[in-house]
Amino acid sequence: MGRRAAIVGFGQTKGSSSRRDVTGVELINEAVRAALADAGLGIGDIDAVVIGNMDHFEGVNYVDMWSVEGSGGVMKPVFKVTTGGTTGTSVAISAYYHVASGMFDRVLAIGWEKNSESDTTGAIITAYDPFWERPNMAGAIGGLAVDASRYMHDYGATERDGARVTVRERLHALNNPFAHLQQEWMRGKDAVFLVDALVASKENKVLAYPLRMSDMCPRTDAAAALIFAAEGTAEKIAPIPAWVLAVANRHNFVYYGDLDWSRNETLEAAAKKVFATAGIREPLKEVDVCELYLPYSYAGLAWMESIGFCGPGQGPQLLWDGVTDMDGELPVNPSGGVMSSNPIGATGIIRVGEAAIQIMRKAGTRQVGKDVNVAMATGFGGCYWADVMLLGRKKPV
Amino acid sequence: MTKDKKNPNELLYITSGEMYQPYRYTLSSLSGRFLTEIKEKKKFLGVKCPECGRVYVPPRAVCGRCYARMNEMVQVSDEGEVVACAIVEFGFVDPSTGIERPVPYGTAFIRLDGADTALSHFLDCVDREKLKVGARVRAVFEEERTGSIMDIKHFEVID
Amino acid sequence: MKMEEVAVVGAGQTVFGFDRKETFEELVFEAATAALSDAGGSIGDIDNIVTVSNDFWDGRTISSMSVMSAAGSWNKDISTVEGDGMFGAVYGMMRTLSGSFDATLVVAHVKGSEGRMNLITNGMFDPIYQRPLGIDATISAALQARCYMERTGAGEEDFARVSVKNHGNGLRNPHAHLGMEITIDDVMRSRKISDPLKLYDCSPVSDGAAAIVLSNRRGLKRFRQKPAWIRGAAYCSDSYTLGYRDLADPRALRAAAQKAYRMAGIANPLKELDAAEVYDAYSYMELMWYEGLGLAAEGKGAELLRSGATETGGELPVNPSGGTLSAHPVLVAGLVRLIEAVLQVRGDAGRRQVPGAKRALAHGINGPCGQCHAVMIVEA
Ligand SMILES: [Zn+2]
Repeated sequence: MGRRAAIVGFGQTKGSSSRRDVTGVELINEAVRAALADAGLGIGDIDAVVIGNMDHFEGVNYVDMWSVEGSGGVMKPVFKVTTGGTTGTSVAISAYYHVASGMFDRVLAIGWEKNSESDTTGAIITAYDPFWERPNMAGAIGGLAVDASRYMHDYGATERDGARVTVRERLHALNNPFAHLQQEWMRGKDAVFLVDALVASKENKVLAYPLRMSDMCPRTDAAAALIFAAEGTAEKIAPIPAWVLAVANRHNFVYYGDLDWSRNETLEAAAKKVFATAGIREPLKEVDVCELYLPYSYAGLAWMESIGFCGPGQGPQLLWDGVTDMDGELPVNPSGGVMSSNPIGATGIIRVGEAAIQIMRKAGTRQVGKDVNVAMATGFGGCYWADVMLLGRKKPV
Repeated sequence: MTKDKKNPNELLYITSGEMYQPYRYTLSSLSGRFLTEIKEKKKFLGVKCPECGRVYVPPRAVCGRCYARMNEMVQVSDEGEVVACAIVEFGFVDPSTGIERPVPYGTAFIRLDGADTALSHFLDCVDREKLKVGARVRAVFEEERTGSIMDIKHFEVID
Repeated sequence: MKMEEVAVVGAGQTVFGFDRKETFEELVFEAATAALSDAGGSIGDIDNIVTVSNDFWDGRTISSMSVMSAAGSWNKDISTVEGDGMFGAVYGMMRTLSGSFDATLVVAHVKGSEGRMNLITNGMFDPIYQRPLGIDATISAALQARCYMERTGAGEEDFARVSVKNHGNGLRNPHAHLGMEITIDDVMRSRKISDPLKLYDCSPVSDGAAAIVLSNRRGLKRFRQKPAWIRGAAYCSDSYTLGYRDLADPRALRAAAQKAYRMAGIANPLKELDAAEVYDAYSYMELMWYEGLGLAAEGKGAELLRSGATETGGELPVNPSGGTLSAHPVLVAGLVRLIEAVLQVRGDAGRRQVPGAKRALAHGINGPCGQCHAVMIVEA
């Protein structure tokens, strides 16, 4: 490891389908102010800024330059990192390297998106190759539907298993004042009852079999910001800094058609690397809470297996046993996850921030009951790409 | 410019107008040959890695696993197996044409016999019983072909 | 802050030109394998990768996706900077210094010929207040050029002199797109693009890719190339809104340069540097950047040029490669500046070599009118 670094501040705006009261730059500024206030810092304390989003969702080129008056980057070092859906986690990882390199002591990482300003599906389709895959990809939904159908085929999983993931995310989101989707009607209801209700509902339209409306993430307007600080500085800023234990990513693929459809090998490889770095042998026992980038329900089954929390095909069992609920052995997405808020460029920052506040014990109504020593955040995007960050209460050795 | 319905004095949005960003996407020589072969012979070509022997369809220049430059094109079948599929039932605007595609339609990743990777395309089928992972499919070509991936009309389910 | 040790140990670039037949993937593979072979290593010696691309220029969302294989991403950590390649180099440097990796490949690509420069750069302006006015990179540059003329008294002939110098230098660079033997008169008589800028004041739109291999001291044993040590690196952004900035005052460049000089222990850059590669997207910019880099006193950029100090054979040759005026692959161009500086200090710059160069400066910009600047100092 280079210089140790920790997260010392986190701020986010409340997710909503359309923040028409602010411009993108103003939205960014809201998140930056919240993060600075959380850390008790002023913008003058920040040494460098790194920001990310996806250009075509707002149609603004050179966003790092366009946003400096909101990000606080005027007369500071600023650049942009962008990797599709993994943008937010890639920005957080970049901020970590900013500090670990020894070049900067306090670094601001920002992710944001105003999905309401464009057609998200159209913009996502243009991620695929213009000749080969673009003409017949129905945006993210088509790609994810083929993936879900594959998992059901391989392991005999059902629509109810997918719905159970949805129910967990929705119930958790009710504890999170920043979550975009707040389905009040679900509050206090039994998970099995809610699963039955979702599967039986006629209003819950099929988008691309097996995916229904309830299996998907929303389009959200929001921004989020994190502050990373170096060892020696971090302890002075935060009573409990969230130390970066390990980061890794894998972006192997160019074409969707190149994937091994039976597994999420990039997430598998990135998770394996962070666990090896942090000396974690039994992930289910040693990781205390997760904020996973699950863009749709079925990912909450298969990807638990990819990370190594359970064996192949055992995702549904883990879920129905309540292991991943708030009071379970490994609470997953106390924030409500991506299925409750998906401001794409900010989504990964929110995963990392929500994992950090569990360690910092600042998660308020969504704080898990158990002690949190190790928290995991992931990012998903591109062509089945994975980013992973592992945070800890203790400084890494 | 869009005004708020409740408060007509408040301006809400301006639109980008008919913002049009045209591009000329480069076809590599490999892709050019792939499309020409379909246009002229209704046959598929893949590109073979000199190191691991994997055959990639659609073709590209570099095998990611071996970091090897690929040049050798080999013929693969116009029949293959569905490795993933979906029936799309929601409408969206095709960014290439601005037209909303009629739903439902079948979309799939198809591994052509002789290839190691899958090509994405449409299926003529929206029958959930037939459209399954493992289904055998065959390419159906357009009569008028122009040298585009759309020269393949769709794939049809056989047997 | 004193720099930890990180060096450029390999550099590769394609030939730059308009309408290259290769795809992004092929260009990236060409540049990356050239850099690896220059380093005397292979992809197996690389721990992680930074790619540089832009969705507007490439005409696709997640533009980095198409080059993942070509950049050697398989089972390696990789990330993408969207901006000038110099910022990709800065990020690569951070990763190499982080303790997580010993060797980093940085690769940038662009095919300016595939899109429409004016529409793409119009996209960097504010959609509410500026875009409808049709402003683009060249129109905003013309505004800046005029401000600079007003402040310093520099004239169009001075700009033309930059164009003559750099296009002439480009003739000695086999990678250049547009080396030309031209006169001040040729520039003055060239077609007006956006007054005061004329055709030969503007860089061409070029296609191509470039790559470097970075290594810390521990990684050096993997490679055979002579290291070019990065002795200083800094970057800084000005305000975005053109109306908030003094367009004729490159204060962000001054801040970045002064920091890089402090790191490198440079007190008098004109004397202590042997070569400089600066981002001359438009001719006048080179004069402004002289001032921002502290090579000339405020308002004295044109004077420095007229003195011949920045010509080949002068006290500090600037853009011996021909600069961006001779090849402007947007995003790639800053990385090319760094590569050219590295070749100079290694003594490998061929016909464009500044004899005995030991210490060189490279400069990259982001955003309209040089909003954000990155400066690196390399030393053999
Ligand atoms: Zn291979």
